[in-house]
Amino acid sequence: MSRALKGGLFKGLLLLSLLVGFLMLAALLVDVFKDGLPYLDLTLLTNPPSSDPAIAGARPAILATIYIGILLLLFVVPIGVGSAVYLEEYADKTRWYNKLLEINIQNLAAVPSIVYGILGLAFLVRGIGLGRVLLAGAMILTLLVLPTVIIASREAIRAVPDSIRQCAYARGATQRQDGRRQVLPAAIPGIATGSILALSRAIGETAPLLMIGALTYISFDPTILGAFTALPVQIYNWIRQPQEEFKLLAAAAIIVLLVIMLVLNSVAIVIRNRYQKRW
Amino acid sequence: MPQLRAKRRRIGEDVIKGVLAVCALISVATTVGIVVALFVPAFEFFQEISIVDFLTGKDWSPLFEPAHFGVLPLIGGTLLVTAIASAVAMPFGLGAAIYLSEYASPRLRGILKPAFETLAGIPTIVFGYFALTFMTPLLRDLGIQVDIFNTLSAGLVMGVMLMPTVASLSEDAMGAVPCDLRDGAYALGSTKVQVATRIVVPAAVSGIVASFVLAISRAVGETMIVLVAMGQQPNLTFDPREAAEAMTAFIAATGAGDVPTGSIEYKTIFAVGATLFVLTLVMNVFAIRLVRKYREVYE
Repeated sequence: MSRALKGGLFKGLLLLSLLVGFLMLAALLVDVFKDGLPYLDLTLLTNPPSSDPAIAGARPAILATIYIGILLLLFVVPIGVGSAVYLEEYADKTRWYNKLLEINIQNLAAVPSIVYGILGLAFLVRGIGLGRVLLAGAMILTLLVLPTVIIASREAIRAVPDSIRQCAYARGATQRQDGRRQVLPAAIPGIATGSILALSRAIGETAPLLMIGALTYISFDPTILGAFTALPVQIYNWIRQPQEEFKLLAAAAIIVLLVIMLVLNSVAIVIRNRYQKRW
Repeated sequence: MPQLRAKRRRIGEDVIKGVLAVCALISVATTVGIVVALFVPAFEFFQEISIVDFLTGKDWSPLFEPAHFGVLPLIGGTLLVTAIASAVAMPFGLGAAIYLSEYASPRLRGILKPAFETLAGIPTIVFGYFALTFMTPLLRDLGIQVDIFNTLSAGLVMGVMLMPTVASLSEDAMGAVPCDLRDGAYALGSTKVQVATRIVVPAAVSGIVASFVLAISRAVGETMIVLVAMGQQPNLTFDPREAAEAMTAFIAATGAGDVPTGSIEYKTIFAVGATLFVLTLVMNVFAIRLVRKYREVYE
C-alpha cells in the first residue's frame, strides 16, 4: 500500500472515531425531541404527577431541582472556595497532611456517585435522622461536586500571578487582606465558571437521590425539610412505567432538564469568555 | 536578614486560616464518612454471611426466601457491561484523541474538543433513556435478538458516554509530548501515520492508559444506564443479549425501596457498596498515579 493511501486511510479512521461520537449525540437528541416534543407543554411544567399521562406534570420535581440548585450553591461555593484558598494560599505543601488532603480530593472526585448516595442514606437519612428530605439531597450533592469546585477554584487562584500578591504585601497588606481584596476578586470568573459547571452536573444526578428516597410520589410543592422528588428522579420514575405515554412524558422532561443544563453551561461559557483575564 | 515576620500576631489572620482549614477538612470528613458508612455495616454483614460464600457464590437473591448472597452474578454483570463499554470507548476515544492532537488545526480543535465533550455533560439518566428507547430497538432492527433489557445496549451507550473521557485525557497526554520528538521523526523521513503511532502514542502511553483505567472505573461505578437499560435480574451469563444486573443497579434499586434499617437486606447495600468502592478506588489510585508520572516526564 502506498504511503499516501495508508495516510489517508488512517486519517479516515480517526475522523470516523469523532464522527461516531457526534452521530450518537445527534441520534440521542433526535430520539429525545421526537418522543418528547408533543408532550412538552404547560401541563408538564405546572401540573403535579398523575397516574393519567394526559394531565401528569413535573412541577414538584422541577421546583425541587431549583431549590436543590440554590441550596447547593449556598453550600458548595463557600466551602469549595475556602478549601481552595487554604490549599493555595496557606497550606505548606511539603507537610504530609496537606499532601494527603490533595490526594484525598483527587480520589473523592472519582468516587462513583452511588457511593455518595450510600453515605447519604447511612448518615443523613438514617444516622442523624434527617429523613428523606430535600435538604439531605442538597447536602449529599454538595459533597459530590465539592471536589470539582475545589479543583476549579484552585486553578483560578493559581492563575492569579504572584506579582499581585507581592504588590499587596509590599503595601503592608496581611495575608487575609491580600486574599480577600486582591486574589479572590481576580479569581472570581474562574471560580464562577467552575461552580456553575458543578451545579449543572449536580442537577443531572439521579443515583444519589434515589438512595436517599427521592423516588416517591409527590403531588405538592416541595419544602426544604419535606419529602421531595427531583427532575432526573421523576424522569427515571416515568421511564420505568409500563405505559408508553409515560416514556414520552419522560422524554419531554428530559428536554426540560437539557434546556436547564444548556442555559447553565452557556452562562458559564459567557462568564469565562468575557471576564477571564489572561495575565 | 531583616525581620520579615510581623512582630505582633494578628488574631484575625489565625481565625481566617482556621476557618479555611475547616473547609478543607470537610473533604477529609467525607472520605472518613464514606469509609465508615460502607465498612461498618459491611462488617456486620460479613458476621452473618461468610465472606467466602459472598465472593464465590453464584446465586444472588437476598430479597427472597431462601436468601442467597453470592455476589458473582452482580460482579459478572458489571464486568460484562464494562467490557462492552470499554470496547467502544477505548478505540474511538483514542482515535478521536489522535485526530484532535495530530491532525486538527488549533482552531478546529478549539471547536471540536468542547463539542465532543458535550457528550460527557449529558446526564446519565438521559443515556439510559437513549439505550432503552433507541439502542435496543436499533439492535433488533439489525437482527440481533436482544431482550427488552439487555447488557449489550447498556454497554454500547455507556461506551459512547465514556468516549470523551478517554479522548480528553489522552489528548492532554499527547499534547504534552514535546514537538522536538515529532520533528526528529519527520527529519528521519517518517510519515504522519508513523509519527502518530510510533512516536506520539508510545510517548503518551502512560496518560492513555490512565484514561483507559479511569474510563473502566467510571463504567464500573455508573448507575443509571445499567438500572434503566440492563435490567434488575441477577444473571451470571456471558450473553450480552440477556438482561442482567450490575452492582450499582442492585444498590440503587434496593436503596430506593424501603428496606428496614439494620435488616440483612439493608446491610447487603453496604456489602455490595464496599466491594464497588474498593474496586473503583484501586483503579482510581492507579490512574491518578499514572497521570502524575507522565506529567513529570517532560516538565
